[in-house]
Formats: sequence, structure tokens, C-alpha cells
Amino acid sequence: MRYAEAGYYLEVDLATGNIERVETDPKLLETHLGGLGTSVKLHWDRVPPETKPFDDGNLLVFSTGLLNGTPAFSCNRTVVTFISPQSELLAYPMMGGFWSAELKYAGYDKIILKNKSPQWVYLWVHNDKVEIRDASHLVGKGALETQDLIREELNEPNAQVAAIGIAGENKVFTASIEQSRSSASRLGGGAVMGDKKIKAVAVRGTKDVFLARGAEFMEHMKGITDYINFRNENPVKGVMTILSGIGSPQEFKHTDEKWHTENFMWGNARVRRRDFWSKEHEEEWVSTQLNAVKRFVSCYNCPQQCGALVSHKDVPRYMAKCFGKLTYSMGAQVDQLDFNFRILQRATEYGVDSFSTPQILAFAVELKEAGILTDKDFEGCPSDPEGRFSWLLDRVVRREGIGDVLADGTYWAAKKIGKGAEEFAHNTIKKHEQLPLKLSTLDPLYFLMYSTNEKISITQIEGNWPQAAFPTREQREAFVKDWPQLPDESWKQILLEWEPRGEKGIPYFPTPEMCSQIVDWMEMLHNIDDAIGLCAGMGSFCLKPPYHIHNYPKLISAATGMDLDEAGLKKIVNRSRNLHRALNNRLGMTRADEKPPEDHWKKRFPELEQKLLDTYYAYKGWNMNGIPTRARLEELDLKYVADELEQRGILKNG
Amino acid sequence: MAKIKKKVKRIKIDADKCNGCRSCEIACSAFHATPKYSSINPARSRIRVITHRLKDIWLPVFAGEYAPAECSGRDVYIIDGKEYDECGMCRAACPSRDLFKEPDSGLPLKCDMCEGEEKPLCVTWCLNDVLVFEEREEEVEEEEAAKPGELDLGIESLTNRFGLQKVMDTVARMSRKG
Repeated sequence: MRYAEAGYYLEVDLATGNIERVETDPKLLETHLGGLGTSVKLHWDRVPPETKPFDDGNLLVFSTGLLNGTPAFSCNRTVVTFISPQSELLAYPMMGGFWSAELKYAGYDKIILKNKSPQWVYLWVHNDKVEIRDASHLVGKGALETQDLIREELNEPNAQVAAIGIAGENKVFTASIEQSRSSASRLGGGAVMGDKKIKAVAVRGTKDVFLARGAEFMEHMKGITDYINFRNENPVKGVMTILSGIGSPQEFKHTDEKWHTENFMWGNARVRRRDFWSKEHEEEWVSTQLNAVKRFVSCYNCPQQCGALVSHKDVPRYMAKCFGKLTYSMGAQVDQLDFNFRILQRATEYGVDSFSTPQILAFAVELKEAGILTDKDFEGCPSDPEGRFSWLLDRVVRREGIGDVLADGTYWAAKKIGKGAEEFAHNTIKKHEQLPLKLSTLDPLYFLMYSTNEKISITQIEGNWPQAAFPTREQREAFVKDWPQLPDESWKQILLEWEPRGEKGIPYFPTPEMCSQIVDWMEMLHNIDDAIGLCAGMGSFCLKPPYHIHNYPKLISAATGMDLDEAGLKKIVNRSRNLHRALNNRLGMTRADEKPPEDHWKKRFPELEQKLLDTYYAYKGWNMNGIPTRARLEELDLKYVADELEQRGILKNG
Repeated sequence: MAKIKKKVKRIKIDADKCNGCRSCEIACSAFHATPKYSSINPARSRIRVITHRLKDIWLPVFAGEYAPAECSGRDVYIIDGKEYDECGMCRAACPSRDLFKEPDSGLPLKCDMCEGEEKPLCVTWCLNDVLVFEEREEEVEEEEAAKPGELDLGIESLTNRFGLQKVMDTVARMSRKG
């Protein structure tokens, strides 16, 4: 009997049509839990580093998390893993929605897609019955449209469908995988689906997920439920509205966008507009949003309402979430939110990441203004900002003309275009577009998070520690008074001492040692969430979340029957985290890649930055090139990894 | 005939507040698992959120009486601009659809208000107050026909499906096997 997990992977060879239901080793639960942890193990074991993103051998893995399908609120994430065409490292974008629980109920923990199909297909998983079906009639259809068409054609209104739009079909590097109100967007999972010619994966499951000690599990959930209710009624004081609650940022609920519009950069992450939120703009933005949002919607088994059904004027309906509400208007430098709500529908059906895509389009606009791209590249393009952005989006998703170059993202496009275009691809880390933030003084915590985390997108790295110091001692005292999520009381002192500026402010405080401790802790929380399938919005991403290090082990123990304490859980996620690092090292990643964009902060401190990296690497048990040491790997029962890294000449002298 | 007081339980559904999370389905299936809370399977739930996301339809429906035959209800209701088909709102486990049937046996499911609990688990687990439990006292006639239990309902539906003789023969054969 397997608890919490299904105990089976579904392996699909798209080239031959061979489908196998493979029982997994129960030991994997003890060594890597599930979700991202077991997926990393699978990629390490089965995908050699010579594999290129569009090779047959690049596995595309859709994974549930360990607690998906159980009553644990907000455990609904699907982790998609593959070698990214953009970063050429292991990417793991995640989506909420309803898909992963359905897969668990169908009896599988993961779907592993191998090789490429000769023609367009979709996969239909209905409990033990699995079919590869023709998708030629779905080619060219939108990502949302496809989901409904498949449900209709299967006569299965309860099927959950993850699909790509035409961006994925055309292997655009920012192509997303869309599903219900959610999407796995970053780093081109949609492109890898397109390369394998698989348009969608549809799932319906009606089997049981078992809990080892169900009554005990429900008892733990009562405490968590009480805390969710408490936090929904008691937002954190002294921080921006968007950071005060739990759940992913409630972008469709909050209408006050003063902070985003005046602190994030417009255009190609260039222009800061400190006085944008005027009365006139506020009126248009607020009324547009209130009229467009038809209903707040959640993901599976989540009480929060982070997404929305959007019904904006004559635009076909779609679902949206998070920062995508603003990114196109800000990227195009269009003052009206109306534009964003229009183009976002198109972008969702095309299936593109709404973080990186607007920056790519804005990058093209800048190159045109700088004379690097020419009139010929823009032949037929309207001259108004709205029309130009829409025209560019249409070219990119179809890889037409200049769109074909831009579809690889700013880093690769700049390399192809040359003529100084590299200067304009200024906002990437590890070849991936970052949030459009340009700040003043180096923040040591953010420096470490940006530089070293494998996720390469800050929103899924940061979280439990406040983004900035509170201005007054009273505020700090009030904040730490009720902070049970911390590992222990001693941590509170750091926050109490931390000031907005001066000796006890950034960049020198928190000290490199303290920063290492805090960043490592935040990262660990994300790794736990990604293994159990919990939305970071209820755990690692927000301040004072309902799930934390003191209750995760209890829930996991009651669900699985495995007796796990905090130390045991930490060891498991550290094992997976170090394996993940080793995997990216094996793909060529080193210290040289670990740096935020040059212009992320105006005031940089090169010496301090090197010290931060040195200290953090040492804290992690990595050598000064950012590679886990033999001692660290052996401590985590990863001797086989140390052996291979040595054999390949990546790890030297232990 | 004497009148007696009886507690009447009901759940008020404010569908406008529903965010479509389906926690109610999870809690229901966990509560009705044997042993209690040992497994989760929304397909066994006695409440289902009927969903058409883009049409803005999120409608929690509770399993009601078993209907042995299909009805002629194929009407369409338009409420506040949203189109609901009658079948989608119906509480019955019936031959025309899979809803409210045990996925293994096909036997009908029916909401029992989580007998023994303070209030139904779906209500407790709905943190958005879509489901509101109400209990009131009502005067009723003393002698009321005993309501059939779960086993009666199950056997009745098997009888309707296969005929009484076949069910009895099968039970006799099974009991001989011990």
C-alpha cells in the first residue's frame, strides 16, 4: 500500500507510441519525497548532460507533488521539468490549477514524455486507459480553446487539460503550458512540448489517494485552517498591501497599483515613472479592473482567490493571475490598463509567459529606436505603441520575420542580431528575462537569491523574510512578536537590528553570514513546497504563511506514515537541492553564471559581492566554484554524484 | 395523530461566492471513506461543483435521491445571463449520467449531512462561506415511514437494474461460498 503518492509513473514514448505504467521504488519517498525532488533524481539518472533541449532524449516530465490530492489546502502544483531551450539548464516551471490532483486520482505521480511524435498528438489519460490521440485538428488553436475542445470531443467535462497554443507549436522559447486558470510559463516548457509535437495532456482520474493516518492528518489541518482564517482577517502591517496577505499576490483583487507602476520599470526594464499613479490613471485602472473581473477563482483545494475570470468589453473571456495584469501595458509604455486586458487574452491563447514576453517585445522596440533593427524588420507594423506591441506579439508567436529571432528571448536574439544589440538585453540572469526592477543600493539577500537559485525567477525564491527593513523599532518589535514560522527565537534579533540605512542597513547588514542563513532557509522552504506540491503563496513565498517548518513534517508524516522530524525533512530537501545543483553543474553552470544583471542596482559593491558568494557557497557546502563538495555530497548519501562529477572533471580535489 | 418536533437540516448555497476550489468534494470523500479519513477521491463525493469556467458557472450540487429512470428534463435555464441546463443542476443519481455514483460499483451516492458531526464537513471546509448550514425545528406527524438506509437504497437500485431474482440468487451463491 502506498500513501499520499500513487506509486506509479506513466512513461510515454511519443516516437513509438509505447505506453507503460511503471511502479516506482518506495525508497524514493524517503530519499527525495516527490514533486521536484523525485523529478530532479529522474533527470540526473536518465538525461545525460550532452542532451540538447530539442534532442529526442530531453525528457519532459509532468509531476504531481507528494500532497496533491490530499486534503492539505493549496497543494495543487504541477512541476514540469526539462532542459530549457533558453537557459540550457534544468527548468522547473510550475502551475496551479486542477491538473495534478486529477493525475494522482488517475493513479500516477508523474507522466514522463520521451522522444518526439511524428505527427501532432495529444495524450488522454483516463485511469488505467491511456491513449495517444490525433491532434491535427487542434493545430493553430488557442491554449484555452484547446482545453474546451478536448473536453467536448472526449465528452468528459471533468477532464483537466494542459495545452499549448501556437507559441508552443512554433517552439517559442517563452511558450507556456496553459491549464485552467494557471500556467507553467517560465523557460519554454511549451516549446519542448511543441518540439515533441504534443499539443495537450488531458487527464481524468477516479481512484483513491490514501492517507496513512487520516484522522491525525485532519487534526493537523484544523490548526492550519484556523491560521489561514486568522491571516485572511489579519494582514501583516507596515508592508505594501500586495505583501500583506497570504496566497499568491492578489493582483485581481487589489486595485491600488501605485507601488507596481511607480517602482517597477516600464518599457524594456528602463523607465521609472514616479508620478504615474495620478487621479486620472487611477480612475481608469480601477474601473477597468472592476468591470473586467467577473469572478475571483482559485486553484484546486485552495480557499484563496488569486486568479480571476476576466470578461473585458468585447474581448473573449479568459482567466488571469498575478503580475500579468500589468506587464504588457508597462512593457509597451501604454498608460491604459484596457490595453493590458486586451492583449493578455491574445497572449494567453497563444500561450506565452507574461513576464518575459513583454520584455522581449519592448527590447525589439528599443532596438528599432536605436536603429539596430530597421524599417524592413518592421514592415507592416503600426506606429502606435498598442498596435506595435500586438503586431510584434503576432510575429513572435508565429516566428515570422523578425519574430523568429525574438522568439528565442532577449539574450539569444541579441547574439543573433549583433550590432551592439547585446547592450539592450540587459535584464537577464542565466539567459532568462527578470522582473523589470532597477534599484538603488545592493541588497545582499537579494544578491544571493538572484545569483544562486536554480529557479532563476525571484518570485519563487524569496518569501518568508521581509523584503526590506521596517523603519521603526516599534514596527520591528510588532512584527517579530508573532512569528512562529521562524526556525528559532534567535533569528528575531537580526530583524530587530536591521535598519533601512546606516551601519545596520544594506548592503553590509545583514552580514554575509546572516544572509547565508536567511537565504538558505527561504530556499529550503521553496524546495519543500516544490516537493509536496504546495503553492508557494501559502508557504515559502509569503510573510507569515500557514505552512512552515514546524508543521510540514507533521503533515508529511501523517500522510505517508513515514516518521519525519524537522531534521529529517531538511536532510531530504537538501539532498534534492544538492542533486539539482550538481545536475546544473553537469550541464555547465559555474560561479561565472551566478550574477544579477549589471544594472539591477545602481550602487554595486564588487568586493562585498564576492565575499557574499564565498560565504554562501561555504555555508552550503559548495566549493568556491559553486559546486557541492565531496564531503557535502557524501553526507547527503550522494556519493554516486561526487564520483560522476569527479569523473567528468567538474569536481576537483574533493 | 400527535405532532412531534423534528430537526430539519439544510445547506444554503451561495453560488456567487464559490471560487471553484472543490475543497467540499475532498472533505466529503474523506469523511465517507472507510476507515474515516483514510482516503480521498472526489469521484466518491456526495457534493460536486459543476463547473464551466469561462461561462462563469461554479455550482455546488448535493447528491439527492436515487432516480431509477431518466427524466425528460432537458430544459435550459438562463439566470443572470448564464445558461444552465437542468440536468447540470439536478441532485439525482440517475441512469443518464455518471454523477453521484460510486466509481467502482456504480451504486448511487446520497448526501447524509455527515450524520454525527456538528455540521457537514463540506460546510466546515468551505472557507469562503459558500455553504452555510442551517438547522431548524419543525413540527411533523409522529408516524413517519422509516427512511430506507444506505443498504436498502443499494439493494433497491441493484434490484431495479438486475431484477430481484438475480440479486437473490447472487446473494445466495455468495453466501454459499462463505
